Formats: sequence, C-alpha cells, structure tokens
Amino acid sequence: MSRTLQLDAGGRLRHFLTIEGLGRDWLERIMDTAESFESVAAQKVKKVPLLRGKTVVNLFFETSTRTRTTFELAAKRLSADVLNINVAVSATAKGESLLDTVRNLEAMGVDMFVVRHAESGAAHFIARHVAPHVSVVNAGDGRHAHPTQAMLDMFTIRRHKRDFSRLTVAIVGDILHSRVARSQIHALNTLGAREVRVVAPRTLLPVAVERLGVRVCHDLDAGLEDVDVVIMLRLQKERMQGALLPSEREFYRCFGLTAARLRQARPDCLVMHPGPINRGVEIASEVADGSRSVILEQVGHGIAIRMAVMALALGAVQG
Amino acid sequence: MKLAIVNGLVCDPVAETLTPGGVWIAEGKIVATGSPPPDFTPQRELDARGGVIAPGLIDLSVCLREPGFESKGTIASETRAAVAGGVTTVCALPETQPVADTPAVIELIRERAELAARARVVPVGALTCGLAGERLSEMHALGEAGCRAVGNAGRPLANPLVWRRALEYAATYGLTVFVRPQDPWLAAGGCAHEGEVATRLGLAGIPASAETVAVAQILALVADSGARVHFSCLSTARAAAMVGAAAADGLPVTCDVAAHQLHLTEQALEGFDASVHLAPPLRTLDDRDGLRRALAGGTVTAVCSDHRPHEEDAKLNVFAATEPGAAGLETLLPLLLALVDEGILTLPQALARLTAGPAGVLGLEGGRLQPGAPADVIVIDTGACWPVDADHWHSRGRNTPFWGQTLKGKVRYTLVGGRIVHPG
Repeated sequence: MSRTLQLDAGGRLRHFLTIEGLGRDWLERIMDTAESFESVAAQKVKKVPLLRGKTVVNLFFETSTRTRTTFELAAKRLSADVLNINVAVSATAKGESLLDTVRNLEAMGVDMFVVRHAESGAAHFIARHVAPHVSVVNAGDGRHAHPTQAMLDMFTIRRHKRDFSRLTVAIVGDILHSRVARSQIHALNTLGAREVRVVAPRTLLPVAVERLGVRVCHDLDAGLEDVDVVIMLRLQKERMQGALLPSEREFYRCFGLTAARLRQARPDCLVMHPGPINRGVEIASEVADGSRSVILEQVGHGIAIRMAVMALALGAVQG
Repeated sequence: MKLAIVNGLVCDPVAETLTPGGVWIAEGKIVATGSPPPDFTPQRELDARGGVIAPGLIDLSVCLREPGFESKGTIASETRAAVAGGVTTVCALPETQPVADTPAVIELIRERAELAARARVVPVGALTCGLAGERLSEMHALGEAGCRAVGNAGRPLANPLVWRRALEYAATYGLTVFVRPQDPWLAAGGCAHEGEVATRLGLAGIPASAETVAVAQILALVADSGARVHFSCLSTARAAAMVGAAAADGLPVTCDVAAHQLHLTEQALEGFDASVHLAPPLRTLDDRDGLRRALAGGTVTAVCSDHRPHEEDAKLNVFAATEPGAAGLETLLPLLLALVDEGILTLPQALARLTAGPAGVLGLEGGRLQPGAPADVIVIDTGACWPVDADHWHSRGRNTPFWGQTLKGKVRYTLVGGRIVHPG
C-alpha cells in the first residue's frame, strides 16, 4: 500500500510518507542526491533554481521549530516559494476539517505539502486525497513515521561508516512513542545493517517490536556492547504521568547514556540524537558534546536530505 | 392473507436440517412447513425454486441512529437495510440522543419502527442513566415499555460495585444484560488491536487483555448476582473460551461475535483504511480462527452485524480521528454463507447462528420455522453474487470494509409477520 501510494506508475517517487516499502535503491538514491546538494550551503548564493516556480506549503498541525525550519530552508535553497502554516492556530481551530484545509490550499496552486501531524497516518490520508500533480512529504505523523529524519540519520551514519552491512546499531529510549525509531529501524534494515537493537524498559517498547526486525534489550550495558552507532531518543516528561516510568532519575540511572556506559560500545561508536536533547535525562552533557557525538552534524544533514526528497518528489532531479 | 412459499429447501435451524418443501402462512403465522396443510388455498404463492427458505435473521447488535443521529441513519432507512439483508428482527442499541434510558424514548423507537413497517425492532434499554455509568436506569419501567435487555453500549461503569448492583437490579426484573466487554483503562486512547500491525503503523493499541479482563470481572459478578448476561461482539478467542467455560459451569451467560470479526484481521489496517476502524478492533489471525472454532463448536451461539452506519464525513479523517464502526446489516448473511463455502459451518449451522441462536438469547418467538411461530421468513439465493455498491445498498451508511467487493448470497424475499417487506 505504502509503496503503491509513494511511487507512481512509472516507479518515480511521488510522495515520501514512510521508509517502509521503499527499496534500498531508493534510500541510496536519496542519500546520493543529498550528497550532491551539500555544496549548495557552501556557495556564496545558497540557492539552486531546481524548484523555481513551485510552491511548497509547510502544513504543521503540531509545532516543531527545528523540522519546519530545515524544510523551509531546504525548499528555499531549491528556489521554491514557501508558505508556513501552523494549522493548530488557524483553520482547524475554526472548525475546518483537515481535508478542507488541504483542498483550500491546493486550490491556491500548491505543488507540495510538507505535513506534520499528531496522528499516525495523517500524511497517508492527505496523500490519498490530493490532486495528481501534488506531492506530500511526511514531516512526522503520530507514532508512525518520520522518514526524512531517519534518512538524515542514515546519511550521517553513511558519512562516517560507509558500509551498513557491518554495523550494529542500538536505539535507546522511548521506542513506543517514537516515529523516528520506527523509521530508523526500517531504514537500517533496508540498508542491510547487521543488527538493530532497541534498548528500553518494557513499558516503552511496543508489542511485537521484534517483528520490525530488531533485537530487544532491557539492559543498557548489554545493549551497548560492541555497537557501532547508538541513537538516543528524546524522553518526554509526560511519560512519567502514564505509569510508564517511575521517574526521570530512575530512567537516567538505567538508560541514560553516560561516558562510563559508552565504554561498552566500540571505540569509534557514533552517538546520535534526533533532538531536542534532554541533558541529564537520556544523555549526559559530556557525551552529547563529546568527540563521538554527531548530533549537530545530523542537523546540518537534515537540509540536504530534505532538499533531495523535495527535488525527487517534484521531479526536479531524476530518481 | 394466506401465503405459500413453495419449491425451496426448508431450513430448520433448531434441528439443523435442510429438506425440500415449502412454508404455508396464514394470519401472520406459520401454519405448516414441509408439506401443505389440508384445505389451504393461498392468495399468493412465492416460488422459492433454487433457494433456501429460512427463518428471518435476528440481529442482536444494531445502531438505528434515531433519535439523535439521523444524518447517519433513521429507523426507516436502517430497517429497510435490515430486511434487504434478510434481518427481520433488530435489537436497537441504546446509543441514541437522547439515550434510550426512559420509556418515552423506547416508545418513540417502537412507534417509528411501526411506522416504517419493515423489520421488528426490539429496543435494548440503557443500563445506566445517560449511559454515564453511575446511576441505574429505571429498568422496571424500561421492561414494561418493551425492553427485554439492557446494556451500557460499551461505555464504562464507574466501578465494579456499580456493575454488581446493575446486574442484580436487572436480574430482579428478568432483564438480560448486554455487555460489550472492554476494560476502559486498558483500552484508553487505543484505536487498533495492540499487535504487530499497530506497532508498525504507530497506532495506539487496545490489548486483547482489555476484553478478557472485562469478561473475567463480569463473570465473577454474574456468579454473585445470578444475572443473565450476554456478551456482545467478542473479538478475542480467549474471551470466547472464557464465556464457553463459564456457561459449561452453569452460569447464565451467552455471547456473540460480529460477522466482520470472522473474516478480517488486524492486517486490514494497512494503509490506515478508516473503514476498518472498528470497536472492538480487528484482532489477530489466531483470534479470528479461535472465534470461528467457537462458532462452529457452539460456544458462540449468535452472530450479529454490529451495524453502525455513519455519514461520509465520519470516516473522512485521519484514522484515529474517524468514528469506529461499519454498516453491516446487508453483509451479515453473505459473510456467514462464506463460512459455509470455507467448510467452517454447514448451511443450517450458519443460519442457526443468525436465527435460533440469537432468538434463544432473548427468548424471542422468532428464529424458527414451526407452526404457530410468527411468519418471519426469508428466501435466500445462496449462490447469487452481488456487488456491494450504491445500486445494491440500502443503509444510509456506506461505511463497510466490503465496499466494492462481490459477495455471495442474496435475499430474494423477506416476510415479517407474513407480509412481504422485501422486495417491497
């Protein structure tokens, strides 16, 4: 379903909704395209005219400064016209349905919607209802997917490690609520990572998570053993209220990434985090700011990856 | 009016037999089956050649939407859909606006049903005022107004003590209590079965234990109160087994499943299809197969449609934000006949689960073809295929997972009280 919705009859990328169902060739193509866009940021005029005349709408039903900003920058560097719409404080607050909001914007000649929504499946829903020439990029839907985040993570890993087939990657923290983790798991498995581990207490792991192709660990030391990459996830404070965790203190004690803990991993292990970081909750400052951390690099790569996805989906570069 | 239905295969769901013959009707009642009674001259004869003559179907779980939600359906539109699907008696659930918690609302439903003059409507009264789960409804008055059962429509009760009191009070007046078992705390926020597919799609899950915990709690209270309880729309194999074991131990409990649960599984959620946003949610293949076994083995004595028609907008949103439920009256019979084709049930068994089985739950007169019984009779073309589309659909709600598919098994005639109501 996702594949048929994402790729058009000619096999070109029409929407980018989830990693699931896309083949390794597509993920590599996105990263290769991003590679070619990296130099744009170093140019005197940080723009290429690939999407000149196109209109991209950042349709955010959930606030997110970082993701929205990188999508905006990416679109602008491709010379697209960009509208930022924070729907939480506009049309739907007046009672307009999601679909009416989309259709009204579509009537204004939009070419691409970048959608962030609190409910899983929102980007799929919009993609099913937009006109044939309009593309949808998922900027995070509920607990389901955040494919561009996963791709920028893969891009960062590839930059440092080259060959995914030799990598063991641990994803640590709130897997249950994490769209990032789901997309990372699909991406790592599609790219052929040797082993993907998820490390969390049982309360923060979804049922049957091992069916996604991961090894489950409840002990951080064991989970970090000999890993090449550790991806820490953000822990939201409201998780303490739902009887999912006793306290931030206990979580940090059991699952917080400290320098001492990191010694279980391989000496050249990368430390990653999709941000924003909770220092002292999921990760110690000395690790977040340490020599193995590529967290800020991830942010920079986000622009190139989003440029690549937009350019591919709108047919501005050959997929 | 004297009427004869001839040349068919007559199904006796009680004896689970299928024999060539006919049914003869006078004054709204069956006067003979098999062979014509002496000196009977019908005013009209219906030819059932190639078809099966069976009792009208009895559906224990139907939302008629009126009063209060007429944009989704009315008693007239949905009873029309019922008879088109061969359902001659519907149990109307109390989720109306106002809630069916007073004799006035029950009377209104009955009056509208009489005006519509299609299927029989047996109202299920609300167990608690406003279905709010706190104060008991006036169950004696509801019983006098025509309710045989009361239920809380899946809404939670404040605590187990209120459940116990409600069961005891209902038992005082011989009312069966319909329970849609789901622990509200375990199910909170969920919109899909907590399993592999929901994990992948990132949908908040409802664990199977939300159902089994609720069943266990009610079974314990049935043992205390002696109330007659019917568990509606079970979705897990384990819950069905628990009810079966309790019934075997002598507790006065029965259960049904919705027809779609016997076919679809969590896999149908792929692509976030809102037509399969159902409550209870579609479960695993193991659950589906377990429910099928419980149905074939007689633990599950009834299959319902759990008919919940919606207007288009109710399903036109992000999955979790859509309203749960499917319009099922017209697909009920074909879905059971499909189980016959799959070798799960014999044809008489399938029809028994739609007729005598549900009639037994409420002690209704219908559900059997025998002299003296009300002439609620259908003629089915079991081999006829029809597309589920606008041209063949009667319910106001088109929210069915089977839209666009071709189903096998079509109702040629439906009679209620000896009157032909479909085609009509």
